[in-house]
Amino acid sequence: MKLNALLLEKKTEIIEKWFDAIVACYPPDTAQFLKNKKDRFTNPMGATILQGIENIFDKLLPDNDCSDIAPFLDNIIRIRAVQDFTPSQAVAFIFLLKKVIREELRQEIQENKLYEELLAFELKIDNLALSTFDIYMKCREKLYEIKANEVKNMTFRLLQQANLICEIPGYRPDVKDDDNIKK
Amino acid sequence: MAKDQTPKADELFSTIDYKAPEKSWMDTPVEFKPGTFCHGSRPKYLELLHMPYPKEWKPGEEDWKLPENWKEIFLDGMAERLKKYRSFKLFMDICVRCGACADKCHFYIGGGDPKNMPVLRAELLRSVYRKYFTTSGKLFGKTAGARELTVDVLRELWYYAYQCTECRRCSVFCPYGIDTAEVTIIARELLNLLGLNTDWIAGPVSNCYMKGNHLGLEPHTFKSSIEFFLSDIEDITGIKIEPTFNRKGAEILFVTPSGDVFADPGTYTAMGYLMLFHELGLDYTWSTYASEGGNFGFFTSNETAKRLHYKIYAEAKRLGVKWILGGECGHMWRLIHQYLNTWHGPADFLEVPKSPITDTAFENARSTKMVHVAEFTADLIRNGKLKLDPGRNDDIKLTWHDSCNTSRGMGILEEPRYVAKSVCNHFYEMPENTIKEYTFCCGSGTGLNAGENMELRMRGGFPRANAVKFVRDVHGVNTLGNICAIDRAALTASMDYWVPGIRVAGLHELVANALVMKGEKERTVNMRNEPLPGKEAKE
Amino acid sequence: MRALTPFVMVIALVLLAFAGIKTANLHFLFGVVIPYAALGTFIIGVVYRVLNWGSSPVPFRIPTTCGQEKSLPWIKQNKIDNPSSSLGVIMRMAFEVLLFRSLFRNMKTELKSGKVVYGSEKWLWVAGLAFHWSFLIILIRHFRCFIENVPFVFKTIEGLDSFLQIGVPLFYITEATSGVLMRYFYKVHIVGVKILTMGLISFNPDPKILNEIGTIFYVHLFLISVLLAYFPFSKLMHMGGVFLSPTRNLANNNRMERHTNPWDYPVEVHTYEEYENDFRDKMKKAGIPVEKE
Repeated sequence: MKLNALLLEKKTEIIEKWFDAIVACYPPDTAQFLKNKKDRFTNPMGATILQGIENIFDKLLPDNDCSDIAPFLDNIIRIRAVQDFTPSQAVAFIFLLKKVIREELRQEIQENKLYEELLAFELKIDNLALSTFDIYMKCREKLYEIKANEVKNMTFRLLQQANLICEIPGYRPDVKDDDNIKK
Repeated sequence: MAKDQTPKADELFSTIDYKAPEKSWMDTPVEFKPGTFCHGSRPKYLELLHMPYPKEWKPGEEDWKLPENWKEIFLDGMAERLKKYRSFKLFMDICVRCGACADKCHFYIGGGDPKNMPVLRAELLRSVYRKYFTTSGKLFGKTAGARELTVDVLRELWYYAYQCTECRRCSVFCPYGIDTAEVTIIARELLNLLGLNTDWIAGPVSNCYMKGNHLGLEPHTFKSSIEFFLSDIEDITGIKIEPTFNRKGAEILFVTPSGDVFADPGTYTAMGYLMLFHELGLDYTWSTYASEGGNFGFFTSNETAKRLHYKIYAEAKRLGVKWILGGECGHMWRLIHQYLNTWHGPADFLEVPKSPITDTAFENARSTKMVHVAEFTADLIRNGKLKLDPGRNDDIKLTWHDSCNTSRGMGILEEPRYVAKSVCNHFYEMPENTIKEYTFCCGSGTGLNAGENMELRMRGGFPRANAVKFVRDVHGVNTLGNICAIDRAALTASMDYWVPGIRVAGLHELVANALVMKGEKERTVNMRNEPLPGKEAKE
Repeated sequence: MRALTPFVMVIALVLLAFAGIKTANLHFLFGVVIPYAALGTFIIGVVYRVLNWGSSPVPFRIPTTCGQEKSLPWIKQNKIDNPSSSLGVIMRMAFEVLLFRSLFRNMKTELKSGKVVYGSEKWLWVAGLAFHWSFLIILIRHFRCFIENVPFVFKTIEGLDSFLQIGVPLFYITEATSGVLMRYFYKVHIVGVKILTMGLISFNPDPKILNEIGTIFYVHLFLISVLLAYFPFSKLMHMGGVFLSPTRNLANNNRMERHTNPWDYPVEVHTYEEYENDFRDKMKKAGIPVEKE
């Protein structure tokens, strides 16, 4: 597993380049801010992205198991799902890793003939990319669910008052559950 | 509107390595992105309020149906306000662009749009100010940071004036005290001169004006809404409460935001008030006329805000009460604290507020004659007048969200904490630079808590949620307490997105859980009808 | 690119002064007329700007509160960041003006072994403070040119300041450079300078001394003059503005003392009577008391 060692060795550089590539899609002032402010509360976006990609990178390494990678992806995608990005832009950051690794390790891969390993590794990234779509969609669906819940939260009491909601004895209808609203 | 269309192939290929263009802000035209702005105000609301230029319009569309002389109206309005507000005039002049405010805005931190940096947000209007009101701007134009007022500039001003929650966080860090809220307030006033309000603000304003509250509950509905809580309270505590409405001769008038009367989870806080006041035997009344403490007029113009808040003193006078008690609300309290007395005072028909239970005179409210319910309850607890069982809140691990307005426009920080810690055994603070005067906005203040701008709200809510997430991970916090009706609604949404599982509770909901009432039955459930800790088996 | 324009302008100014003295021999213009004109512009301009700001009233008392309010006696008030008295306001302003309190607030949190640690992120504050204080010291040092007997305090400051001679914006750097050049390299006729400045200050300049002073002094004087004249029109005026800022210079005693708005005017309201007229029947039905049956 030579690639694994190589990736580990170049981890700092790869993460840095990957991070730079991700923040470059924000306006220049913002990219500066995301890069330079180290405070995780002042700069939660930068901190979340940086921490997220580090964790993703670790999990992705050929020797590692990446079954529990979803939360880290989620943290990043959740942010990008509400920003000014198209869906493809929002999840594109995962593909940037391929680009960074090819650029960073080009020579070593050529010298050591690691193409097979690289292909296997990139397949892992591709699989990951597929799950980013799932997560992105979940985030967007959540947004719509929140919108719907807000309307329900606001109207539930009024419907209740207007006797438009059945009372099931001993059961207090959950506002998230719309089965109780009579048409 | 790229999200609505299938992207073209070349668009797709360019997105993977997408880089934002490097352009100066003046050369970056505003783009109305879906999910970031509210619907335009409907004409019926503006007509009812006698506000200028009512019309059907859509902010996302090109034609805003502006009056022919819109530019003149805007600039005249600006000139008038420069003469009226020292804050506005000064803040147009003295910024040195040191950048201290740049990364303090929750919308910038969570969204990354440079025009949400407070310095740049103010600069949008400042550039117009320079062009028309300063010599250097008139002479040197763009070199001096000045620009012509065009329809595009107007659109940009609108877009960003409704991406600022007037939370004042930037003004804490500014070495000259420049308060972007003041700039946003004026910008919105100017836009309102052209009939460019949002529907989510104009609707509540007209409701409140005619019917007394933002929701437009008519008197009988307002009363029955509150009465509806009484049966819930009776189920939970076995105690029957009989509040009064519009009662003359009561000692105290109670005013609270109407959101708590009908929207969960604020309703639990409203029930808390009812239980507390009943337990104290307080001689108080609700009013259906002054049934709104909040004031969406403040998000429209100073004049509109003044028109809406007229009812509070007028009703106090009509009912002949001695003083006024105000419920938990953010911008309501900024207005009561910093504006009400100036607008409608002196309130010399009222007396200096004095707690009938503890005899404490609230000297800090001796002129306005309005006491915050957290001050009132803190005094009760301090004097041992309440029997509390904080164990009933033992399932709650609480952290405290300071609301922007009450923190930076008033300074009520310790009173709610004192109350919260008296009724909850588990209390954990969020990191220091995210609370008290440094608190992060919920992201939905100043009338931005609509549904159609949900993406924007989530961006703005991210810094706050990020800090909540931290205490959840470290201390297992599960509840976010606050004293603001908009927080209760907005943070519920924001937590649901960012930190699922965190619930949002008002201070007096927590008080109500812990309050041991005379003659109550053994409580098995909390205000939300969930089993109390240790009582789960009996359910 | 952004720094280039001012740089070119400063060079042009330097050359202008140089040419004025060396070739055109305009000693009187550069030594007397321009300094007076600049000082006049400065004073009139600053007074005008401050009066102009002051002419707009403060309709509402809107301090930004940065600490606990004064409420119940057993709750400790933050008397400086949320002042309720004039003394508190004075303290707050003093901290603000002398120590840049607000800039000091920039905080940085770090996670060290799972715990939150607060560090300071103070470079902006330190730089701002160093810059403004060194500027003040340079200003005070120049007093020796205007005062007959140099008081002890100024002499003490002179010992202190050598390491503080830093200036950030280009313009000040140039000023400082010409100043430093004068002091350490070109050795202008310092007694002559003093006679000129004393003459200027007593409105009785001695024209004979003008030709004895080195050109570099005129460059220095000219740059200062331009700065002075430019001051009232620039954002350098923030110096005056900070004292007027309504979010800082007012006490948070709103509920204790009523603040009046000088341009307050009556607004259209919806009275209780109108409200009852709208809903009287509904109110009666719901058992809500009404004024008119």
